[in-house]
Amino acid sequence: MTAAEIKKAVLEILADIAPDEDLSNLKEDVPFREQLEMDSMDFLDIVMELRKRYRIQIPEEDYGQLASMSSTVKYLDPRMKDVVKKEI
Amino acid sequence: MQMYDAIIIGAGMSGLAAGIRLAHFDRRVCILERHSAIGGLNSFYRHGGRDLDVGLHAVTNYAPKGSRSGPLSRLFRQLRLAWEEFALAPQVGSAIMFPGLSMRFNNDFELFESEVCRHFPGEKDNFRRLMAQLCDYDQLGQPHTGRSAREVVGEIIRDPLLVEMLFCPVLYYGGAKEHDMDFGQFSIMFRSIFFEGLARPLAGIRLILKKLVQKFKTLGGELRLRAAVSRIEVKDDSVTKVVLENGAELEGKQVLSSAGWLETMRLCDAGAAEPGDRNRLSLLESISILNTPPRDLGYDKTIVFFNDSEKIHYERPQDLADVRSGVVCSPNNFDYGRPMRENVVRITSLANYQRWAELDQQEYQLAKLRWYDRLTASAVRFVPDFRGAVIDTDMFTPVTIRRFTGHEGGAMYGSARKRYDGTTHLKNLYICGNDQGMVGIVGTILSGISIANRYLLKG
Repeated sequence: MTAAEIKKAVLEILADIAPDEDLSNLKEDVPFREQLEMDSMDFLDIVMELRKRYRIQIPEEDYGQLASMSSTVKYLDPRMKDVVKKEI
Repeated sequence: MQMYDAIIIGAGMSGLAAGIRLAHFDRRVCILERHSAIGGLNSFYRHGGRDLDVGLHAVTNYAPKGSRSGPLSRLFRQLRLAWEEFALAPQVGSAIMFPGLSMRFNNDFELFESEVCRHFPGEKDNFRRLMAQLCDYDQLGQPHTGRSAREVVGEIIRDPLLVEMLFCPVLYYGGAKEHDMDFGQFSIMFRSIFFEGLARPLAGIRLILKKLVQKFKTLGGELRLRAAVSRIEVKDDSVTKVVLENGAELEGKQVLSSAGWLETMRLCDAGAAEPGDRNRLSLLESISILNTPPRDLGYDKTIVFFNDSEKIHYERPQDLADVRSGVVCSPNNFDYGRPMRENVVRITSLANYQRWAELDQQEYQLAKLRWYDRLTASAVRFVPDFRGAVIDTDMFTPVTIRRFTGHEGGAMYGSARKRYDGTTHLKNLYICGNDQGMVGIVGTILSGISIANRYLLKG
């Protein structure tokens, strides 16, 4: 998957986890926590959805890397390079 | 033998919610329910051709559509349900009634605050200080503070009558112990009733249960009814298999029980109850079907918490029940936008399980009739007398509750001592539901979710 596809995949996950949030103006470099009404349970769900959908294992000590969209994509890019994009 | 990633005991609110989480993340999960109906404490039944609820008066923790924070929004997010699916209609307005004094509240906290300030002008600042303290606790954070709510509230509020009036609804909607509860638990309950508020789906509890079961099954979860667990087999420090009363054996990598702490311990032969576990409280409930909407008789409240003296006696009655105090609920009085088919008034008071359990069949039937009359006679001192409009009745006793929930002593709100962390002496056995610590429909659902997240979905 390309960086753009990874970003789209993360957005799809966010939209499923938090359907009442407006994601159209999500800023890349600002932490999710500051822009979205999300708690630790929601963050855990991002990790688990990534595992469910793309078989990506993220160790607990790396959860901090998923703070914002840009850091998430940067973190996932090498790990998802070989993942074949799924059409959902 | 059948193999599962997770076996869940009990298809009540918490078991179903945990099942949805596990099935959503592709676990092979099976929920075992002893009864032919789901719901446990919160269930429903047919009586004389009518659909009636057990347990539920109102869903607490109400939040309007579009709310992005709070327990109810968290529930919908975690279960991937849309707000509309529970179709919650807010209450029209409730009251706490003590002799000569009535304080109204609805889902807008300002009304309750103004009522407190009007009736207890000297307590205005103290009340605000208490409210600030209550806000500090998080539903999933630390329900256990180790401090008595009576102590904390009593230090802030000077007028003992106001203290009693604040405790009355909170105890009735979540008190697993006599007289008092942990301050963290009190905060969560208080907020769920007064800050967030009360609501109900027009179709009652069956709608919520139906949505949960549908979701669970759509995700591939398996639900077995009439599947009572007879024992949990243990080797070393782990569960090896779950054996059903019909002899079937199931193997699960992890087991999550919502059967109650004591009941679960007994299933794995780790029986001995600790003194603090037994909940001495049970409830008696009358259901009156009316020939006209309660509103036409002048009864326009959703819930009335009543108490006929200045002090509330939240304790096990000596007699079969104690009708000096109780809760009146009309499920008709929610803002559904259309009328409910049945016209119903339900009245709940504290009761003594032991006394009911000792009665023989004939005495039991007589006691039900006698206590229906006493319960309603007590309640109509506080709400308009609806007795002339009654066309059908039913009664729930502590024995009924025991039958529906399997909880020892017909206990409501679970064990008196909570196991907040949900673990047991066995590595792969966890508990959820009322005994884990959270009560109310939303609280119990969140209990199932949080224990599933914390342990069963890890790794």
